[in-house]
Amino acid sequence: MSQFLPIAILMTSLGAAPIILMIPENASRLRTTVNLTAATLKLMLVVWLTIVVVQGGSPDLRFTVAPGLDLHLKADALSILFLALSAILWLITTIYAIGYLENGADRGRFFGFFSLCVASTVGIAMAGNLFTFLIFFELLTLATYPLVVHRGTAEAHRAGKIYLAYTLGGGLALTVGTIWLYALAGDVTFTPQGVLGDLPQTESIALIAIFVLLIAGVGVKAALVPLHGWLPLSMVAPAPVSALLHAVAVVKAGAFGIMRIVYDVYGIENVQELGLATPLALLAALTIIWGSVCALTQDDLKKRLAYSTVSQVSYITLGIALVSPLAAIGGLTHLIHQGIMKITLFLAAGNFAEGHKVKTVSAMNGMGRLMPISMMAFTIGALGMIGVPPLAGFLSKWYLGAGGLEAGQPAVIALLAGSSLLNAAYFLPILYRAWFLEPPTGATAGRNLGWMLVLPPAVTAALIVAAGLFANAPFSPLGWTRFIVSLEYL
Amino acid sequence: MSDISLLVLLPLLAALGAAAMPRHSAIWGLAATVLTAILAMWLALELLQDGAREVAIGGWAAPLGIVLVADGLAVLMLLMTSGVGIAMAIQATSWGVWPSSCTSKKAAALRSGFWPLWLATLGALNVLFLSGDLFNIYVAFEILGLTAVGLTALSGTPNALRAAFDYLSAGLAGSLLLLLGIALAYGVIGRVDLAAVPMLAETVAGRMALSLFVAGLAVKAALFPLHFWMPAAHSSAAPVASALLSALVVKGALYVILRISIEGGAGMETLRFALAGMGAAAMLWGAWGALRASRLKLLVAQSTVAQIGLIAMAIGVSGDGLMQNGLWHAAALLMLSHALAKAAMFVAVGRIAEELGHDRISGLNRKELRPGAAEFAFAIASVSLIGLPPTAGFIGKWILIEGLIVQNAWIWVALILIGTALSAAYLSRVVSRCLRGGPHIAKGAHHPPWRAGDVVALGLATSALLLGLASAFPLTLLEITVK
Repeated sequence: MSQFLPIAILMTSLGAAPIILMIPENASRLRTTVNLTAATLKLMLVVWLTIVVVQGGSPDLRFTVAPGLDLHLKADALSILFLALSAILWLITTIYAIGYLENGADRGRFFGFFSLCVASTVGIAMAGNLFTFLIFFELLTLATYPLVVHRGTAEAHRAGKIYLAYTLGGGLALTVGTIWLYALAGDVTFTPQGVLGDLPQTESIALIAIFVLLIAGVGVKAALVPLHGWLPLSMVAPAPVSALLHAVAVVKAGAFGIMRIVYDVYGIENVQELGLATPLALLAALTIIWGSVCALTQDDLKKRLAYSTVSQVSYITLGIALVSPLAAIGGLTHLIHQGIMKITLFLAAGNFAEGHKVKTVSAMNGMGRLMPISMMAFTIGALGMIGVPPLAGFLSKWYLGAGGLEAGQPAVIALLAGSSLLNAAYFLPILYRAWFLEPPTGATAGRNLGWMLVLPPAVTAALIVAAGLFANAPFSPLGWTRFIVSLEYL
Repeated sequence: MSDISLLVLLPLLAALGAAAMPRHSAIWGLAATVLTAILAMWLALELLQDGAREVAIGGWAAPLGIVLVADGLAVLMLLMTSGVGIAMAIQATSWGVWPSSCTSKKAAALRSGFWPLWLATLGALNVLFLSGDLFNIYVAFEILGLTAVGLTALSGTPNALRAAFDYLSAGLAGSLLLLLGIALAYGVIGRVDLAAVPMLAETVAGRMALSLFVAGLAVKAALFPLHFWMPAAHSSAAPVASALLSALVVKGALYVILRISIEGGAGMETLRFALAGMGAAAMLWGAWGALRASRLKLLVAQSTVAQIGLIAMAIGVSGDGLMQNGLWHAAALLMLSHALAKAAMFVAVGRIAEELGHDRISGLNRKELRPGAAEFAFAIASVSLIGLPPTAGFIGKWILIEGLIVQNAWIWVALILIGTALSAAYLSRVVSRCLRGGPHIAKGAHHPPWRAGDVVALGLATSALLLGLASAFPLTLLEITVK
């Protein structure tokens, strides 16, 4: 029975998509029901799957597409990490999106593709080999495009075009890398410590080229500098899209891809022996600093958050590339931590725009008084990003720093300190304006947002605090990642 | 033997029936199309069990008699033709099925014109796929050329008539080359069956004959630079006709090129290289044309030029040795995928143009019309044509690129990638406009109503999408060869 859980979890969102697309535009109650049922059902199934995996089960499904090419779904500990993130945040964001798009246009299309996006992340999380990963990775590109251009303005279409160019280009690199690897190694099933066998001795040049292609392919979505250009532009999309997809699903799919490639395709030892770990770490470091510096100069709130994403997602890459168990724990935990922190910030930012038409940092004056709950959530998210203890972000940085020392790279400490200073430099002015400056004269109560918009950021803010306070509990993000890392670094 | 020859006889006889009884033509047509499809499926099942088969009509074996050969490749093409054919038959029922159910005089004329032409096309294509010798192939092309001209002219507009005339001239030129090739081949070795192709490839005169024959095929397949007649023909015909011409008729010629390349062995290396080169050029040229096209149908027709290029390239690079590598499987899979996706696309474009009243790309985002099912179908078909997962086009490109990487043929890989990127670029011109919303939609905007065309386009596009996941079936079929 539990053998079929992966396909059931996939179908909750993949099956929901065509149903939602076919529901007539004005039947919004029916659509809401389908949306919430699917999201809740999926969360429950993911919990079930987690229990199965904890008890040592590993559901594994294969379907042969062509000789040598298998569609392969399996659930391991790393899958659960990404699955849990996507399932929890999907439910929260769906509630938010229903409230946000109330009376908006083209809701059927929006929610249909929204489900398809989540289906893709689920597929990416449970992909058992590189071929399956590639299929869902490309599906994610196609499913997010209609959401980026959802508003239909000329600006949205321009951003959509650039988004497609980046992601399809990355997809091509990933495809060629994957095919090349299949030509060398046969079916590339994800296995801890890699599947290459003795290839690194005989085919080292080809393997380095393949690694570059694969990382470039997933690096576009992970917004590694210089492949990050699409992310700030795609902020023209509606707030729930920016929140779930661009802060979480798409960039995390990229980061998750880097994890799979380094840990389960190459194996961390091979990556180090081929001399690929240090360049990857340097690229991550560059992205962390560059993203933060760019964030400083943005007045548009969402764009500042977007550059902050560019910077923060690379903590994950850094944690992977440092070749140290502690850093790996920091990086993998950050997959979850950055997700809940960034979604809080984006949902709150969406509320500022909806309630008071505030879209820029310079207009944030007195927001704490105008929208206390949303601003409180935003503050927790921002402090978490800076790394204030005991919030979630502090843990990530702590482990990354410790890992840097373990790997004999004390420069990592300087990098983290510098990055935290920059985080503070671009977040604290917002908090200062919101809490300590007077609202502009004539600012009224604004639109009443309703619980569907106010509650979600409050919930995710509570998760940030909980992830930090209860970090030692076995099912906290930290506890789970310790388990995963123990598999790679035996 | 009976079922193989029935695949040829049934549609041709039904074509006569439909021509003789124009008011009942739809009934003849539907019955024959469905029966042929059943026969093709039957044959596929038999093949999977018992392997490939050869039938000498009237007991006269090659090199003198007529031999029909049903191997995996041929049967796959039969299935492709039947599948697309059924979809087009459903689409054509909108002109009325029963003698009295015609809505207008124009519909009646279209109906009585379409069905005999389609049935003859189906019969000719089946002859082509099953033929074991060059002369039969030539005869099939003669029928096919005439019916294709008829289909082009079907809509009766001045543009269509002019395009049909160009088609006719190009077709005649192609036939002339075919005939010259056959005559020369007969002069050299006294045989024209396909099994004799390796012998031809050994001598200079024989290679000359093959080159002439393949050049004739290239004209008929609209392979760059011999494609000059095609965009106009495919873009001015009625949607059903365009779909049939683009999805099936050009495939006939590509199929024969593939067949000759497979049979030809090592002696055809130069010819294959030329094919691959022309294919690559076609891919770039067609994409350039599609990027610049101002009309939707023209864009789709130019994309056919590019896709034919890709297929020809796949044939060209698959090289010698049917047994050694499965690279030519990629060509067959790409043909199949293109047939489904392109038919879907032409029907979808027909529907879009019907709703808009025009097919200018710049005028696609009209404020009072919401995007409908046809536009969605176009988008899905685009995914297939670009070759993104999980479509059959993707699996085809995967096999192709993997084979090329193994041979270290990086230039061809790069060309395929460029072609893929360009196809994404020109198709996104249309798809992005299908995703209009916000300020581009007026308050009272309505969705276009559902018509048969929407269902057909969606069905074809979805099957092209999902075929990728079922590629194990066509690939197993392709393994079945005579030897």
